[in-house]
Amino acid sequence: MGSINLKQVTKDFGDVSVIKPIDLAIKDGEFIVFVGPSGCGKSTLLRMIAGLEDTTSGNIEIDGQDATDTPPAKRGLAMVFQSYALYPHMSVRNNIAFPLKRAKVSKAEIEKKIASVTKTLNLSDYLDRKPGQLSGGQRQRVAIGRAIVRQPSAFLFDEPLSNLDASLRVNMRLEISELHKTLATTMIYVTHDQVEAMTMADRIAVFNAGIIEQVGSPLELYNTPVNKFVAGFIGSPKMNFIAVEPTATDATCCLGIRPEHITISTTSGTWPGKVGVIEHLGSETFLHVHVEGKATFTVKAGGDCPYVYGDNIYLSAVENKMLHFDAAGITLPQQHASLVAI
Amino acid sequence: MATSNSRTLARLMLFPSVVLLLAWMLVPLCMTLYFSFLDYNLLTPGNNAFIGFLNYEFFLTDPAFFASFFNTILLVGGVLLITLGGGIGLAILLDQAIWGRNYVRIMVLAPFFVMPTVSALVWKNMLMNPVNGLFAHFATWLGMSPIDFFAQIPLLSIIIIVSWQWLPFAALILLTSIQSLDREQLDAADLDGAGPFSKFYYIVLPHLSRAITAVILIETIFLLSIFAEILVTTSGGPGYESTNITYLIYTQSLLQFDVGGGSAGGIVAVIIANIVAIFLMRLIGKNLED
Amino acid sequence: MSIKNSHRSKIIYTFLAWTISSLIFFPILWTLITSFKTEAEAISASPSLFMFDWTLENYEEVLARSPYFNHFWNSIVISLGSSILGLLIAIPAAWSMAFVQTKRTKHLLMWMLSTKMLPPVGVLIPIYLLFRDFGLLDTKVGLVIVMTLINLPIMVWMLYTYFREIPSEVLEASRMDGANIAEEIWYVLLPIALPGIASTLLLTVILAWNEAFWTLILTAADAAPLTAFIASYSSPEGLFYAKLSAASMMAIVPILILGWFSQKQLVRGLSFGAVK
Repeated sequence: MGSINLKQVTKDFGDVSVIKPIDLAIKDGEFIVFVGPSGCGKSTLLRMIAGLEDTTSGNIEIDGQDATDTPPAKRGLAMVFQSYALYPHMSVRNNIAFPLKRAKVSKAEIEKKIASVTKTLNLSDYLDRKPGQLSGGQRQRVAIGRAIVRQPSAFLFDEPLSNLDASLRVNMRLEISELHKTLATTMIYVTHDQVEAMTMADRIAVFNAGIIEQVGSPLELYNTPVNKFVAGFIGSPKMNFIAVEPTATDATCCLGIRPEHITISTTSGTWPGKVGVIEHLGSETFLHVHVEGKATFTVKAGGDCPYVYGDNIYLSAVENKMLHFDAAGITLPQQHASLVAI
Repeated sequence: MATSNSRTLARLMLFPSVVLLLAWMLVPLCMTLYFSFLDYNLLTPGNNAFIGFLNYEFFLTDPAFFASFFNTILLVGGVLLITLGGGIGLAILLDQAIWGRNYVRIMVLAPFFVMPTVSALVWKNMLMNPVNGLFAHFATWLGMSPIDFFAQIPLLSIIIIVSWQWLPFAALILLTSIQSLDREQLDAADLDGAGPFSKFYYIVLPHLSRAITAVILIETIFLLSIFAEILVTTSGGPGYESTNITYLIYTQSLLQFDVGGGSAGGIVAVIIANIVAIFLMRLIGKNLED
Repeated sequence: MSIKNSHRSKIIYTFLAWTISSLIFFPILWTLITSFKTEAEAISASPSLFMFDWTLENYEEVLARSPYFNHFWNSIVISLGSSILGLLIAIPAAWSMAFVQTKRTKHLLMWMLSTKMLPPVGVLIPIYLLFRDFGLLDTKVGLVIVMTLINLPIMVWMLYTYFREIPSEVLEASRMDGANIAEEIWYVLLPIALPGIASTLLLTVILAWNEAFWTLILTAADAAPLTAFIASYSSPEGLFYAKLSAASMMAIVPILILGWFSQKQLVRGLSFGAVK
């Protein structure tokens, strides 16, 4: 069991309001990712769910019970911290046993659980080492082991991968996803990395300046972002934005087109441009194309892209893939690209 | 961090320290304040009449007060000057590549652990004694007449003893600080053509400012109430030449049993210390807490 | 700088450093040597560093003349007792300041430190009278109380600077793992902060061991620690150098050894976090 309900939850630090009223229902067994730029309040909200921060107003319900004022130890949640927060003076075994000892689990039972957890996480050979003698990835696994061993109703992850190097990050991402599939326990995962969000989440909540801009599945957010912020935040490389003049019949102030929705031609197209820096990734290529009067476009092309720096080319948008935003950045419903006056 | 839960807990856990220190500060201080307005002498009990500011008048117009006031300043200032100057020099020296640095460190640090009564006795008898002291032997051997330290230069003698006790502390703190200096800064200064003096003045000294502040703060706290060294060596004499305020009040209240006068002196000492404290707190407020 | 040149400067610096540090250490060395001399040799006009008849008679005589072990025991009880008692009070306070910071934390710390600047003479008479009335004069309990209060601000400050280096996430993790506050402090904070706590303890033991204002004023015989024992040697001036030396060594050697072993931690702690 691990449903979590946020009802009109807010948080003020003195006069500064860091979480504006938030409503969010997290279903049992769901993997939800809080994503957003730093300082958007995502970590604060996670810590409020954990009970490490007070809630200024509103209610937090865990499994249908009001837990707003319950101390962290009594909420039945487990947390994995950015710095792992392992107990440096304890062996791996004792780190993992710590929550069980606090819960007064019998010695034999503790041994059994440690054995099974460390086997799952490939830590069996390191049981008697101290955290200081482990690599970053191993520490991360111990932190996860400490969290899963007590079978919490939900896991809270606070940017757990940001201290790992790139290749390890990809591995751990997979391991955590795998873990979620096997445990089927609710997971709330905070990150500023939209790739992590896209790859791991059942649902993503995009945070910005203390509010949730949009909640939805990764593809929902990708295909139908509600506003320019979400459109720009989700997707890598970023969506291209083109400022346009609104007309009497069309309130569009800005157009958005993703790099993979642009076609390149040497003869004709909507926007004439000059090829700038080219990034070859092997499987694909990113071209930065300078368009006269419209700033720089990022364009995704195939791995065997023939263009070189300085080439003159033409860019066009794939039909029906262009997003329209009004002056406030809200996505407009119309999708008829043909009307666009460039 | 912090939830209201933990904040309540925090207040609870601060409570004993705060209450104890408050009591330790306020109860005796209020009593001292009260006594300072009384004609209260332990030799003539029962006659504790209220006499207003008379005790203060006596204390503040006593030439001994001015003498001891200036002696206190000279003592604190002199020791600070010697220990900081010597400390910086020693720190720079010990920072160089030398053989046996650990042994040198241990020798330099040793005086800090010697209790004040012992160091006063050792210096007084075995080093500074005008007849049998080592310094006297040395002077005689050189063909000079030995100095009678505690009769001729009593305050300076005490300053020397106290500086010997505190030099290790200053040197070691400054050394630790110098060792944390980023060597690349010095290399960069070398490339920029800086000489040893400009390197010291523009790079080392600013880097040391936090450590210097700490040394000043801690030493001042302890130096303001120097007592044992004076008691053991000169008993404040000759005359009042080596009496500081602490010692003056001690003689008044516990040797002459004049509780009222001693209390007035105590309050004056507290006021002086407060002035110094405010000054020092400003200094650390700026320098220690980033 | 050429290698030859740097080698020469190393020789010069080593020579300088050893000379100066030997001079600083000399009074202690001289006391140590004198303590093994006869009284006649001790005041000889042509004193000798090593060429004399080494004797232990001074130590024997000091032990016979005064209850050294009594004073020694008093010093241990007073300095260790007050330091441990102080730790018990200071650790919770330092926890609060380091991990539940408020706007007032800094002021509170400053205030605590400022009580340390309160000159002892300011409260000398009331404390003396209070001690007399409560029968605490010349008792170890009385001195333990005074030493605890004197060193409390320093202990809180030192522990605070050590605690602040511990990431609060580790403590939060223990809270998430179901530890209550006592378990959090006992199983997590204290073991991690052990080096800091040890050096705080060491420093306050040393300070209390050497404290010579209250110990001289508030004790007479029963509770007199080594500071008072050694002060009693100040009267027979100039006559018993060898015995004075022996007594001095007996008073300072325990703490000197303790201090040498812990010098690194001490310096860091004493600077109130100003140097790392």
